[in-house]
Amino acid sequence: MSEAKLSLRDVWVRRRGSDILQVPHLDVLPGEVLAIIGPNGAGKTTLLMVLGLLERPFQGEVLFEGESVRGRELSLRRRMAVVLQEALLLRRTVLDNVALGLGLRGVPQRQRRERALRWMERFGVAHVARRGSRNLSGGEAQRASLARAFALEPEVLLLDEPFSGLDQPTREALLEELAGVLAETGLTTVFVTHDRDEAVRLSHRVAVLLGGRLRQVGPAADVFAAPVDEEVAAFVGVETMVLARAVGDAGGLARLEVAGRVIEAVVKGPLAPELLVCLRPEDVVLAPPDGVISSSARNRLPGVITRVVPLGAQARVTVDCGFPLVAVVTRRSLEELGLVVGTQVVASFKASAVHLISRPTAS
Amino acid sequence: MDLIWDGIREAFRILGTGDYSLWQITLRSLFISGSAVAISLVIGIAVGSLLAFNEFPGRNLAFTLVNTGMGLPPVVVGLMVAIFLWRSGPLGQLNLIYTPAAMIIAQTIIAAPIVTGFTAAALRSLSPRLRSQLYALGASRLQMLWLVLWEAKLPLLAAVMAGFGGAVSEIGASIMVGGNLAGETRVLTTAVVLEVSRGEFAPAIALSMVLLALIFAVNLILTTVQQQEQRS
Repeated sequence: MSEAKLSLRDVWVRRRGSDILQVPHLDVLPGEVLAIIGPNGAGKTTLLMVLGLLERPFQGEVLFEGESVRGRELSLRRRMAVVLQEALLLRRTVLDNVALGLGLRGVPQRQRRERALRWMERFGVAHVARRGSRNLSGGEAQRASLARAFALEPEVLLLDEPFSGLDQPTREALLEELAGVLAETGLTTVFVTHDRDEAVRLSHRVAVLLGGRLRQVGPAADVFAAPVDEEVAAFVGVETMVLARAVGDAGGLARLEVAGRVIEAVVKGPLAPELLVCLRPEDVVLAPPDGVISSSARNRLPGVITRVVPLGAQARVTVDCGFPLVAVVTRRSLEELGLVVGTQVVASFKASAVHLISRPTAS
Repeated sequence: MDLIWDGIREAFRILGTGDYSLWQITLRSLFISGSAVAISLVIGIAVGSLLAFNEFPGRNLAFTLVNTGMGLPPVVVGLMVAIFLWRSGPLGQLNLIYTPAAMIIAQTIIAAPIVTGFTAAALRSLSPRLRSQLYALGASRLQMLWLVLWEAKLPLLAAVMAGFGGAVSEIGASIMVGGNLAGETRVLTTAVVLEVSRGEFAPAIALSMVLLALIFAVNLILTTVQQQEQRS
């Protein structure tokens, strides 16, 4: 395994007597996009601040390429870039703002302007270069903020919910562009978000942060398909997420290959070659192999129950259909159907219940 | 009414002839109050940024003290400075009493809390995340401070205006520690007091007009700069 670019060891952040963050171990691998997801107040921003050497932990160590950052914070900060929720542009022209970080590093003016303009071009804000930063729309300001970070040509990029203040279309467009640039540059990136779709679209790995503690770290598909505990499951929406490949498309109905099985899904837009199939557990119906299944369910997958987790009046049942498929059934059906680990069942769901998320192709 | 009209007419005559002592007094006022504001700016920026950026026990008390200082009666300041600089006082051997230096000290004590209060408020009005963003862009501590002050330069200009206004129009302290000595420590405000006490209203009106013009000019320059900045 390659050496981690950035690591946290036994990091503990306290503020006004209460614990904000406790991370025994976290590695950010070179070239990966790591998404940190969690609800508001989970400590995501604090975690990013600690990684960006902008907040010193009460206890513990931050390592850059395996060595302690202590005493060389400034020089290491100059090898990273951070994009915060607000663009936070200074009262000067957009170009001056984008070039600011290069100026702080003593890059000569010509080179500074060249690099700033190149990245402004890339993020579609070159035309507002001469404008005062106060005269930008939210989307333009956030694009300028991204250009400002990329112009530094950093070794590590840290993003703190950069799209949360933007309207849906702007957000979609910017997310697409960022995914492209990240795939192109292969930049080591940590991306904080509370939006699961954003995390899946951008990241290679996902870390779930709840109540200041990292609960699960792994590939997005693993984390979403098999949350380690109920809390993580609750946060990730108890969705089944599996990687799929499009094998056919006919009149708004796509055929997808998932772990050797073919399922059908309703599609609304163009199909990416690689997709994540998402299924809400409440959309999955379980029946005995010889049982009657609603005719509107186009997908029927036989499988074996591998896990049953009681959740009050309901139970969360994981069925191995070649991939783990999660269903929620009532406690009553659980007992009536005699669903226990090892039971053969048929899992069915409608084509319209399948949610597809495109994955960036390059990684 | 004649008293007023005659006074104003005579005042314009004095201004028109360019009475040497009038301009000398004006320049001295500018020098003393300008120096006091310059020193206050250094103190105000240092203390103001310390208060705005750091959380420490007693921070609220410190803010209260600064706010109290903003309303410090000049007479009380004059009394304190006079006691310290008096020949037999703790700093008597410096021989500063009845010198422009003593007046600069007193006016600095009056202007510094004003500049400090304005600076702290100006810096606190910036987004608290801005400092993190600047550090993240690779700013050193000094670069960060410079950028933040530059960003808050409009409210800082207001601090300069308020500080200068407070210093140049102050009188109690100037008389007490300066002594209103002709050709040495006489400034616009103390000269007005003297002329009025002698019943010489015309020179008092002339001096007051210069004082007003001075405050107007300083504010005009700063306001113009502010508006140009705001437009850009």
